[in-house]
Amino acid sequence: MVLELQKPRPIWQIMFSTHHTDIGLLYLISSLAFLFLGGSLALAIRIELFLPNIEGTGQIIADSMTFNRIFTVHGTTLIFLFIIPFASAVGNYFVPIMVRYKDMAYPKLNAIAFWMIPPAAVLVWLGFADFTWYAQPPYSIISAPGPAADMWIFGLKILGVSSVLGAINFVITILKCKHPDMSIGQVPLLAWSFLATSVIIIVAIPTFAAALLMLLTDRLGVSGFFNPAMGGDPIAYSHLFWFTFHPEVYVLVLPAIGMMYEIIPRFSRKPIYSYNSGVFAFVMLALVAFSSWGHHMFATGMSFTEKTVFMVGTLAAVPASAMHVFNFIATMWNGRIKFATPMMWAVGGIALFFAAGAGGVVNTAMPLDFSTHDSYWVVGHFHLFVMGTIAFASIGMVYYMFPYVTGRMYNETAGKIHFFLSFVGTILVFFTQHVLGLYGMPRRVFDYPPIPEWIAMNQIASVGAMIIGVSMAIFLVNMIYSSGKGQLANTEDPFGLGGKYYYPFEAKNPHH
Amino acid sequence: MSGHSNYPEWIYVAVVIALMAWVGAEAWEAERLVEHIPEGAEVIKVTAQQWFWTFEHEDGTKEIGELHVEVGKAYKFEIRSKDVIHSFNIHDYVVLMDAVPGRVNTVWFAPDAVGVHDIQCREYCGLIHYNMRGTLYVEEPSS
Repeated sequence: MVLELQKPRPIWQIMFSTHHTDIGLLYLISSLAFLFLGGSLALAIRIELFLPNIEGTGQIIADSMTFNRIFTVHGTTLIFLFIIPFASAVGNYFVPIMVRYKDMAYPKLNAIAFWMIPPAAVLVWLGFADFTWYAQPPYSIISAPGPAADMWIFGLKILGVSSVLGAINFVITILKCKHPDMSIGQVPLLAWSFLATSVIIIVAIPTFAAALLMLLTDRLGVSGFFNPAMGGDPIAYSHLFWFTFHPEVYVLVLPAIGMMYEIIPRFSRKPIYSYNSGVFAFVMLALVAFSSWGHHMFATGMSFTEKTVFMVGTLAAVPASAMHVFNFIATMWNGRIKFATPMMWAVGGIALFFAAGAGGVVNTAMPLDFSTHDSYWVVGHFHLFVMGTIAFASIGMVYYMFPYVTGRMYNETAGKIHFFLSFVGTILVFFTQHVLGLYGMPRRVFDYPPIPEWIAMNQIASVGAMIIGVSMAIFLVNMIYSSGKGQLANTEDPFGLGGKYYYPFEAKNPHH
Repeated sequence: MSGHSNYPEWIYVAVVIALMAWVGAEAWEAERLVEHIPEGAEVIKVTAQQWFWTFEHEDGTKEIGELHVEVGKAYKFEIRSKDVIHSFNIHDYVVLMDAVPGRVNTVWFAPDAVGVHDIQCREYCGLIHYNMRGTLYVEEPSS
């Protein structure tokens, strides 16, 4: 896996490679680049909201249209260009080795799936659409300015195809290409998380792909699927969208849980408490992922029965998620834990995962949803998942993979400072946003009335965001510096854990 | 897989399931009560459009951006939209319902104290979404 910094190859050899670790490297670098790009848009949002606009002061961003475009591209970038490609990076590095196969099942398809991402990213970033990441009609049909909106639609279309191709590849690799001596019950939990995720993608994404086409033809004026002026129904779009994107939440979070399953037993120097309950919980989550999409739509005028069904479907996801948390804690229990940087990120991620899940129970309890829906509570809630859980596990994984990818060690002190600042910052931003939502502040607002509580909480959140920004700058410097000048890593056991529970990373697949 | 017994996990999962069942049952019961619109509630037609609110009372009086109601009476909002999706929200009374073009959504409330409250749009609706605000005046009965 050792990166070319030690044995340089021309860059085009990596770019045109179909080898799984090369594709993994491309995914890794591009997804981290988008983490920084999307994150800087978040800082712009938080700077704008630091003060309400009182007689021209406190306004940083020129107009609300720019602001609306910024939060749209922020969400689109971090979900589709950071979280999902990052999971693919980890999957590419680990899954073939874990199932003991020489590569992914379809190496060329693998390369194609990656190379669909850059053009999609170009469309999203050059377009800079303004209709939020879910493009709700009829706004997105009759009001959103083109060509930005159309570019976004095409970009998402390409990303959807890329996801499906990647998912097919993972499913075939795990089910068909695993070593004949290996039963499915011996496949490590990280690979299991990719199996569950990939099945969800294959079932869920086509629905959104269809909805996107309908949205495009609606925008062109040749159809009226979602346009009430032409007899369509905008709520139909919401159903199609959330049928894909509630399961997508699990697409994002399951690989992150898989990464924690890789990190936590290693650094606890213990085997996982219960492999079987981990597998069971992955399968359960993949199933119940499809029973809860309607909880995003309680306020669209759903009937009492519909709301009840979706509330029960949502609550059904809680026991399975709780089983993962139990498994992590039981694994750490009595372990000889080494709190190296990856372990700190994983444990911090579990704590925030628990907090995010608790908030989710509040959201789905029907009467309470009407207090939290579309308020800053929701922003805080899902960011505890995407930032607190998924980005935390992913960044832990970056540190964990770093010695294998570069052959060098990152700076441990800088890694720990990065963690502490990010953890404190995340709590300041997103816990505060929960409270802000209970005070009634709507999401996606460019400006807000000068209510003292709102100002105070927005300022706490903005300070937290700045702390995260500083920590991410430390991260960037640490990664760049250490990959060139860091200490050479002992690739047999870079974290000094003792080899007993260690995964055989020395298993390398030769380039072909 | 491992030599230890798993019964703590079963107990834990059972506790979580019991907790969720309790939350679900409480929510179901509360929502059933909340959704029951009292008979004789006065109808107020709410129309949302980019980017302001129009209110029409039963007697035909119209108000824009402001809504005057009387304390102690029950009101039923019939919410419509002329263009895109908005969301009618009086946060202090937990009144929240989307205004969807082509549909009429209903929600009710009964103000219990004299006061002034904010009305806002809680669904992204474009350029001036952030300032699609109004004011609710809860007043003493006039007669």
